[in-house]
Amino acid sequence: MHPAPSVILFSTLSGMGLGLLAFLGAGLAVATGWTAFLWWGLGYALAVGGLAASTFHLGNPQRALLAFTQWRTSWLSREAWAAVAALLVLAPTALSDLFDLGLPRAVGQVGAVLALLTVFTTSMIYTQIRAVPRWHHWTTPVLFLSFAITGGAMLSGQGWAWVCLIALAPLLILAWRIGDGQFAKAGQTLGTATGLDRVGEVQVFEQAHTAGNYLLREMIFVVGRKHARKLRQIAVGLVAVLPALIMALAPLGPVSVAIAAALHLGGALAQRWLFFAEAEHVVGLYYGKRGS
Amino acid sequence: MTQLPTSTAKQLGLVVDLDTCVGCQACVTACKGWNDQGGGLSDQQPYGADPSGTFLNRVHSYQVQPPDGAAQIINFPRSCLHCADAPCVTVCPTGASYKRAEDGIVLVNESACIGCGLCAWACPYGAREMDAEQGVMKKCTLCVDRIYNENLPEEDREPACVRTCPTGARHFGDFADPESKVSRLTRERGGFDLMPDLKTRPTNKYLPPRKKDVRQDASLLAPLLDIQATGFAGWLDKVLGKI
Repeated sequence: MHPAPSVILFSTLSGMGLGLLAFLGAGLAVATGWTAFLWWGLGYALAVGGLAASTFHLGNPQRALLAFTQWRTSWLSREAWAAVAALLVLAPTALSDLFDLGLPRAVGQVGAVLALLTVFTTSMIYTQIRAVPRWHHWTTPVLFLSFAITGGAMLSGQGWAWVCLIALAPLLILAWRIGDGQFAKAGQTLGTATGLDRVGEVQVFEQAHTAGNYLLREMIFVVGRKHARKLRQIAVGLVAVLPALIMALAPLGPVSVAIAAALHLGGALAQRWLFFAEAEHVVGLYYGKRGS
Repeated sequence: MTQLPTSTAKQLGLVVDLDTCVGCQACVTACKGWNDQGGGLSDQQPYGADPSGTFLNRVHSYQVQPPDGAAQIINFPRSCLHCADAPCVTVCPTGASYKRAEDGIVLVNESACIGCGLCAWACPYGAREMDAEQGVMKKCTLCVDRIYNENLPEEDREPACVRTCPTGARHFGDFADPESKVSRLTRERGGFDLMPDLKTRPTNKYLPPRKKDVRQDASLLAPLLDIQATGFAGWLDKVLGKI
C-alpha cells in the first residue's frame, strides 16, 4: 500500500495525543495551572493536528461532514464520531484541571475510554480489510492501542512508562513475524485471482496497460521494501529500546521525557511507514506484482 | 446507505467468456467512450511523457501452462463484479457507495464522495479507480444509463462493453432468473467466482476456457517414412552400419 505521509502523520500523532488525553482524563497524571495547560494543550494539539492531517489526503475535503452519516457499517465513520465525542467529553475535565474546578473524575474517565475507543476505531479501518491480509489480523488493533497507551504513559511522565516502552519491542517483532506469513495464509494467488488455477499454472504474459494507474500507485507499492529489514531494526531501537533506557535511567523531568518522546515518535513514524509499505493488497496479483 | 440489501429483486451482472475473448481491448475503449460523458473519466497527460488515466475495465493477458500440452494465452477482462457482499460499500463513511436493492448494481454517488479511497482498498479486484482530476471514486455502473434508457434502440440497452464485443465474449443479464442467458451459461459452462475465499459473493461470473484439442505428436506420414532398404541398397546399409 502507498505510504501516504498525511495518513502516517495522522495515525501516529493522533494516537499519541489520544493516549496522553486518556491518561490526563483518567487522572493518572493530575496537574493544575500552567502544567495542566501544557499537558492538555499538547494532548489536544496532537490529536486535533492528526485529525486535521487526515483530511489532506481526501479528494473532496469540503464534504468531510458527510463522514458522520454511515456509522452503522463504516469504521471510518465510527472513528469520526468517537474522535469528536472524546474531544468534547474531555474538555470539561481539561478546564477543571486548568482552573481547579473540582469536576468529578468519572467524567474524565469516560473521556479516557472514548479516547482509547477512537484509537481502536482507527485501527479497525485497516483491520477490516480482507484484501490486505497483513492488516486483517488482531495484531493491528493491539499495536495501535499499545502505541497510544505507551505514548500517553511516556508523555504524562509515568515512572513505569519504560515498562510499556520495552514491551513494545517483542510486540513489534511478533506483529512483523505474523504479518510476514499473512499473505500466504490468505491463500490467494494469481491462480485464484483469475480462477485459471483450474487450467494450469498462471503467469503474466502482458500487462493490461503500459502506463501507470491509480491501482499501481495506491495499492501496489513495491519500491523501498528492500530496506525493510534495516528499517525494522531502526524502528525497534527508536520506538522501544532508547526511550525505555532514558525513561528508566535518566531523572524523570520535562527534558528527559521530551528526548524520549522525540526518539519514540521518530521510530513510530518508521513503524507506520512500514505498516503501509509492507502491506500487500491482493490486487497486486493481477499485475504479477508480489514483493518479497 | 452503506448497509447492504439482504437480497435484491434482480441480480444484474456480466458473464465473461475466457474461451472467446481475444484481448482486442474493444470493451475497454467502448467503456471509456460511453462513460466519458458528464463528469467523465479524466486522463492525465494523455499525450505526454507519463500518460495515466481512469478506466473502469482493464484487459490482462496471462500465459497458462496446463499439466499436459502446450501453454495457452488467456485474455482476462477485469471490472467491477457487483458483489452481493460488496466490501467497498460497507466501508464508505459518507454513504456515497451503495448497492441498489432493485437490481443489485453497485454505484457511487459522486456528489457525496469525499475521495478517501477506502472503498478501493476494500475491493480485492481493483475495480475502483480514483479520478485524479475530480477527486472522486469511479467504477463500473453496468451502464445503468444505457440498460434502462428508452431513448436508445432496444438492442443498445446493454452495457457498452457487451454491445461492442466483436467475439460475443461478454453477456449481460439477470442472475436472479435461473432461465436467463447468463444463468444458463454459468450453469452449462461451469462459470466461476474470482477469489471466492474473500467472501465477497461476486455477481459476475467467468467461463473457463474450453479444453484445447490435443496436438498429434506422431506425424500422419509416419508409416510411409519407415522405409526398409532391400537388395543392394539393403546390403550397403548393413555394411556401412558396421564400419
